[in-house]
This record gives sequence, structure tokens and C-alpha cells, in this order.
Amino acid sequence: MNEPEIRAVVLATLQSIAPEVEADALRGDRPLRKQVDLDSMDWLNFLLGLNQRLKVEIPEVDYAKLVTLDDVVAYLQARAA
Amino acid sequence: MDSLSVIRKTGADLRVAPNFADYAGECRAFTWDRARAGLSGLPGGGINIAHEAVERHAAGFLRDKAAFRFLSRNAPARDVSFGELSTLAGRFANVLGQLGIAKGERVFVLAGRIPELYVAVLGSLRHGAVVCPLFSAFGPEPIATRVNLGEGRVLVTTDLLYERKVAQWRDKMPTLEHVLLVSEEGNTTNIPGTLDLATLMAAASATCAPAATSAEDMALLHFTSGTTGTPKGAVHGHGAVVTHHATGYYALDLHADDIYWCTADPGWVTGMSYGVIAPLLHGVTSIIDREEFDVERWYGILQDEGVTVWYTAPTAIRMLMKCGADIPRKYRFPNLRFIASVGEPLNPEAVRWGKNVLGLPIHDNWWQTETGGIMIANTPAFDIKPGSMGRPLPGIDAAIVRHLEDGSVTVIEEPDVEGELALKRGWPSMFRGYLNNAERYRKCFSGDWYLTGDLAKRDADGYFWFVGRADDVIKSAGHLIGPFEVESALMEHPAVAEAGVIGKPDPVVGEIVKAFVSLKTGFADSEELRRELLGHARKRLGAAVAPKEIAFLPTLPRTRSGKIMRRLLKARELGLPEGDTSTLEAGG
Repeated sequence: MNEPEIRAVVLATLQSIAPEVEADALRGDRPLRKQVDLDSMDWLNFLLGLNQRLKVEIPEVDYAKLVTLDDVVAYLQARAA
Repeated sequence: MDSLSVIRKTGADLRVAPNFADYAGECRAFTWDRARAGLSGLPGGGINIAHEAVERHAAGFLRDKAAFRFLSRNAPARDVSFGELSTLAGRFANVLGQLGIAKGERVFVLAGRIPELYVAVLGSLRHGAVVCPLFSAFGPEPIATRVNLGEGRVLVTTDLLYERKVAQWRDKMPTLEHVLLVSEEGNTTNIPGTLDLATLMAAASATCAPAATSAEDMALLHFTSGTTGTPKGAVHGHGAVVTHHATGYYALDLHADDIYWCTADPGWVTGMSYGVIAPLLHGVTSIIDREEFDVERWYGILQDEGVTVWYTAPTAIRMLMKCGADIPRKYRFPNLRFIASVGEPLNPEAVRWGKNVLGLPIHDNWWQTETGGIMIANTPAFDIKPGSMGRPLPGIDAAIVRHLEDGSVTVIEEPDVEGELALKRGWPSMFRGYLNNAERYRKCFSGDWYLTGDLAKRDADGYFWFVGRADDVIKSAGHLIGPFEVESALMEHPAVAEAGVIGKPDPVVGEIVKAFVSLKTGFADSEELRRELLGHARKRLGAAVAPKEIAFLPTLPRTRSGKIMRRLLKARELGLPEGDTSTLEAGG
């Protein structure tokens, strides 16, 4: 999958948990949780959803690296088949 | 509970002499007057929380000791000494004075765990204003509801939170006169209708005598949720500080050289009583982490900061447990000597997990917003019965009561019988009212007993066991959520005819908020509408309060008097027997 495809999946996963998110209003280089109201459970569900949709394992030790939308997309792109 | 599963304590379990070693003796000898003598009081009489927490240390040999150590991902740790904290709180108090804020007026705080929040809390208390914390994950509606109920005159928040959650709702908060902003980027803020806090602080004098407050003067206003109606503002006086101090001593076993970490957010009562006030009273250094929960980060903090006493919550412990035992094996916790937990009952597996993985069992304790401080606890020197909340602390008279026909209650003396947990009034941090709601306050008492709304049992050894809530309040990640507040927000959507909200059991957070809705004629259920409702609720309520699940039903079950039967919705959700449905409306 290429970068735009992965980004689309990431946004769709995010919007399944937080449908109020407007993709255009998000800044990819800013911490996601400063822009979208996600509690710990939403965040875990978001990562779990990405794991299910993209079949990419995201071990807990990597959670801290996933701060911005761009971080998440790059992380997944490096690992997605 | 068989005796084999009890975690026995021996002298080898104690790394320092515990503050509370003789249960019966200490309970017998304890008086609140004696506890009060452990604090200094104001020079001219009276008592002030900020004076006890900061001023008396800043004026003494702790002046240069770190009161707080603030951690964040992108900046080096920042220590704030008692002396510095006193200066900053003094400036903040003078800012309030210049804005014309009088004693007893309400200052709301809405922010993450940033230094300015702690300064605003302590400065407000020193000024004699009342602090009302808001959780930063609240959406605009819970924020506006609480500011209005609390008649907030000042709001301290950040520029980002203001723009996302307050600005558009500002005209719905008529009492709110001043909004003081902290820039999240470290700049000067410049938003119409607000003031830049750093600019005001820089211009203000640091010299400020504490307000002449008495024990009964209002200091803290904590909103909590009931089953029905709007949230209730529980009022606590400056005298509550006596309980904060005594419980820091007995329940958290604080010693002067401790490095203490309370993970609770100061937007809730635990983060205020035990994340701000109690550790300062004992002159210990507190770790404050600005970041969200993260497994490696948390183990890293426990290790690298040399945390000795850790007060956390069942949800966090269960999240750590979920990530397995391999990660903590990479860390060492030689300094850690006591772990306590509060928020909801800690399951026995979690208590033992602590012993196996961290080397220490986890000590559950019990209290609630209304009690202002820890009432029943497991403490370092005494055996733990995993799953029990422990025994009442000195000065606390707890009982299991049964309600009688005439509205009074009687104490159940027999062990292991379920009833309502009640506390005999008289401890200093007992709430003094629900703001502007005397009727609801009165209903919490029967004679001398405060009725907690929690169902519990007491065993023959005097240990208390939580059974469940007596009402429909939802407990998610340790926070109470009122179903009514969630239902009301859903009802504001044009498609919704009726809404019923329950707590659905969840292995990690205890309960999640689940909503059932029926639609008005002309609307059909669809995945698209479900998502629209979810987004609608999240925008208004915020992630901490909004439902995680929404399901459609043709109609909701109601009693003959028209009330939605949440208990029946819950029984159906869980596949439990539906119980007595005789009061149910036909066809419901």
C-alpha cells in the first residue's frame, strides 16, 4: 500500500472511533491527541483497529513513538505488506 | 475468602517504620483535635489549605526542596521548590485580587498537568477563592454545565483547550468574567475576551498574606454525578486539610524523604486531595507527569525517579497487566516501598500481580468525592485480603446499614451481610453541602449517618468489601458518569426520541458508557446515523463522558410512571434475569 492509501485507512479508523473528526482540519505534524479528544480507551481502540485493518502488529513498546498522524502513517507504511 | 489467600505482612515487608502499626491502639487514641494540632493554623487563627501545604514549608527548612518535579516528553524535568511555589502562588493570588475576585468566589481550572494549574490551585486557595477543577477531557457541555452551576467567575485554561472547548460556548456562561490563558507553545496568548496569564503573573507582586479563612469557609468545589438531574457540586471547607494530612500519614504512609507519584489527574478529586494537597502537607516531593498513560514510560518513571510511594488506579494497573510481565522485567524498582490504588474495587488478581511483578502487593482503598479523603484502606503494616477495600482509618466510623420503612437506618452488626456503606458524620473533610441544593444534601444523611450509595459487606475481622452501587451511576476508569447527562446530550439530536444510558462491564476500565436510543418517526436506524450520534455526543460531552457504544431500539422500557428502566436495559445487555418487571409499562 502506498502512503495515501495508508493515510486513508488511518483516518477511517480514527473516524470510526471519533466520527466528529474532520480530516481536513487535522494537522499531520501535530500531536494527534492535542487535536482530537481521545481518552486512553479510544487510543487503544484506534491502534487495535489499525492492527485489524492493516494486519500490522503494533507492540506496546512502540506506542510512545506514535504521537502525530504522520508518525502513525510512517510507522505503518514501514511495516505494512 | 479463605485464609490461604490473605497476603500476610511481616516485618520483612516494611522498608521503613510504618506510620500506622497498631490498628486498635491508634484508632482508640485518635481524635480529630489531636490531628489538627499536627498543622500550624493561620497566625491570627483559622486555617487555610495553601498555608499548610506551601507557606509553612516555604518559610522553613524545606524552602529549597522540590515540591513538584514536572516531567514531559519533550522537555527536561522541571523542579519547583516549596519556596518557588510560594512565590508563584502569591503572584497568582495577587492577580485574582487585581481582577476583583472576592473570598468565596469560584475559580475553575481546566488544563492538563502543567505547572500553571498547580500554581492556580494554590494561589486561589491562598486568596480565599474557591477552586473548582474540571477534567481536561470534558467536552464543552459538561464544562459549561459545571461553570454555570458553580457560578464560576474565573477560568484558568490553555489557549488550545479554550479554542476547542470554551470559546464557542462562552456566551452560555454569563457569570464567567475572566478567562486566564496559558499558551501550550510557551508564547504569549492573544485571544479576544481572554487575558494572558504569564503577562499578569509577571506584573504581579509575590507578596501576599493568606486569606483569613476558617475551617468552614468553602475551599474546594468538586462536581460529581448522580443518577438523575444535573451534576452536584460537593462543597469542602479549608478544614478538610486536617483529613488530607491525617490520611496522607495513615493511608499513604508518607514519610518526609518519600518520592511520591499520584497518577490521578487533578481534574478529579483524587488528583486534588492526593495529587496536590496531601503530599505538599507532608513536605514530600511529588512526581507530576504531563503525558498520557504509556506502559514503558510509566515503568521508566517508577525506576528512574526512584518513586517510593505510588498511588494509582485499577484501570491503569489492568492496562499494565495487559501488556504482560516481560516489559517490567527490564526495569528495577528498588526504592518502591508502597503501592496504593483507588477508583473502583481492585480485583484480587491485580493485588497479587503487584506482588509478583513489582515486588509489592497493591493496597486498595475506598473513598468518594463527598468524603473528601480516604476513609477505608489497606495500609503497609496490615494483612491484605485481596478484593477488600481494607479497614476504616482512625477517626472514621464506618458501618453497614439497613434502611427501615420509616426512612431511618439501622446498623447491621452481623458480619458478611450486605447493606449500604455508611459513615458517621464528623470527619473534617466531609462535604458541607451540594452547592445550591440543600434538598439533595439532606437526602444523603439519616440521623448521624452519611449514606454513601455504595453497597458493601463487613467481615468478622472488620474488613469491608464493595458489592455494587445502589444507583445507576456509571463508573468508568474510576470516574463517576451520570447517565442523565449523557442521555440529555443525545436527546438534543433531532433524530432521537428517547435515550437510556448504562454502564457495560469492561475488563480494563470497569464499565464503559453504552447508550440505547429510539428514534423519532421519520428517522431510520443506520450505521451512518449511529456514527452521527456518536460524533454528536463526543463533540458535546468529550471523550471522558460520551458513550463508547450506541445501539438502536424500537422503544425503551419504561416504568408506569414514565422513567426509563436503565436496570432492565443493563440486565438485557448482560443476559441476566430481568427481575421484577411488574412496574414496567405494557409492551416495554
